[in-house]
Amino acid sequence: MLDESFYREQIIDLYESPLNHGELDPHDFSYEEDNPLCGDVIRIDVRLDDEGHVAEAAWSGDGCAISQASASLLTEEIKGKTLAEVKAFPKEELLELIGVPLSMARVKCALLSLKVLKSGAYGIPDKNVMRNQD
Amino acid sequence: MLDIAKIRADFPILATEAYPGVPLIYLDNAASSQKPLPVIQAMSDYYQGHHANVHRGIHKLSEDATNLYEGAREKVARFINAPDSSQIVWLRNATEGFNLVAYSWGRANIQAGDEILLTEMEHHANLVPWQILAEEKGAALRFVPFAADGTLDLSNLGDLLTEKTKLFSFTAMSNVFGTINPVKELVEAGHAVGAVVMVDAAQSVPHMPVDVQALDCDFLTFSGHKMCGPTGIGVLYGRRELLEAMPPFMGGGDMIRRVHLTHSSWNDLPWKFEAGTPSIVEAIGLGTAVDYLANLGMDNIHAHEQFITNYALEALSEVTGVTIYGPPASQKGGVAAFTIKGVHPHDIAELVDKDGIAIRAGHHCAMPLHKKLGISATARASFYLHTTTGEVDKLVESLHRVRQIFRL
Ligand SMILES: Cc1ncc(COP(=O)(O)O)c(C=O)c1O
Repeated sequence: MLDESFYREQIIDLYESPLNHGELDPHDFSYEEDNPLCGDVIRIDVRLDDEGHVAEAAWSGDGCAISQASASLLTEEIKGKTLAEVKAFPKEELLELIGVPLSMARVKCALLSLKVLKSGAYGIPDKNVMRNQD
Repeated sequence: MLDIAKIRADFPILATEAYPGVPLIYLDNAASSQKPLPVIQAMSDYYQGHHANVHRGIHKLSEDATNLYEGAREKVARFINAPDSSQIVWLRNATEGFNLVAYSWGRANIQAGDEILLTEMEHHANLVPWQILAEEKGAALRFVPFAADGTLDLSNLGDLLTEKTKLFSFTAMSNVFGTINPVKELVEAGHAVGAVVMVDAAQSVPHMPVDVQALDCDFLTFSGHKMCGPTGIGVLYGRRELLEAMPPFMGGGDMIRRVHLTHSSWNDLPWKFEAGTPSIVEAIGLGTAVDYLANLGMDNIHAHEQFITNYALEALSEVTGVTIYGPPASQKGGVAAFTIKGVHPHDIAELVDKDGIAIRAGHHCAMPLHKKLGISATARASFYLHTTTGEVDKLVESLHRVRQIFRL
């Protein structure tokens, strides 16, 4: 039996009509990474306002419904946040936004966008934060 | 003809449920096969009554263990018609076969300016070891391309194989397209320019008769776990003269004849390549698997898989939006790699799993192949001697539901 609730309507909605899909030019940082296990690729571009808050975020790439929905939700959620808040964005919060229970393999899909976002954010000098925290 | 119901009863896992009330349908045989009772039993018996280290004891138990272990080597030698069991080197898996040849034969024989010819449909196991070797030696890698139908395009083989080609290594059967390559013809072409020819038999030895003397290949490697045997055991077959001339792969116990503090001399074949305590019970398990398969007949197994593949390709092609990769069933083994327009392969695999159906999604360790196809992943159903048309029907039914969920 297919557990249809697994693909909550929201996930399919976002797969059909993603949020913040595209690229930003110019941007303050941009990062792209793939999940070598499955080949999903996500790129995230972020533009900051004068106070260092996220003004715009956009994502592009290729992947499954979970990784794409996650990128939509994440880029929406970080708008208005400071760089420090972006760097500290807890993965639990993203999993909660996605809302559906995920197998271990799919958690990787779900968190790819967050990994990409943080890798990009850490590329911006900020002496308060250590690199490589995943 | 195989008695499929009887065969299925030999595989305890096939009677289990993936989720409560949802029977398992195992269609991921190309990644790893399930194990029949005789294999499980042989391994359990060995541990319960016969285990000791091999080649190291004069006590009765060690002699028993050595006989069982070496007896398994003889079974495997007969299974692929090797001239002698000393040409059967035990490894952990097929991947180790390529690494052994690249490290031992390759470092002694490949020089700057030499060429290694591979194909574009290789598994990473038959790619990365040669990349490392070529990089180290300043050799060049060249590739036989594949055509749109997933068969090798041999029209330029004459230009690719030259006197510069020192090694030609290719798969007997693609783990993505399922393409069965013309091994004998390719071996002859390689030998015609003096190249050493290695065959990736990870997908062929489990599914069809393979005769290394008829193929006349120089090296051939495969894994036990894809052919009803355990994990942790693989095989390298090598031509005697080549194996004899090769330096060891790893150093340690068992692979030596005499050890001095500063130098050593090497043991005879095949032990020269088997340093340290080997995978004893795994070798014995593989020997039993080979008996099991030989008893059913590799021709019969191949015929059954052709029947199932033919059925599956037809059934899958009726799913709207489906693309199947690779040649028609008559030219391939039991593998169906496919995509569905509008649904990512991961989502396909995750959703059919809810129906108890195990398929694989991803690049199947063949990223360059997928890149050439312009896709990042495929879904792959792969069959074996116990696969039924009913299981294929369930997959197709499940795929229809996947499309519904994605509002297609
Ligand atoms: C064609 C082919 N070659 C090589 C391998 C490597 O086998 P193993 O991972 O057992 O070493 C595989 C298995 O995935 C395969 O399908």
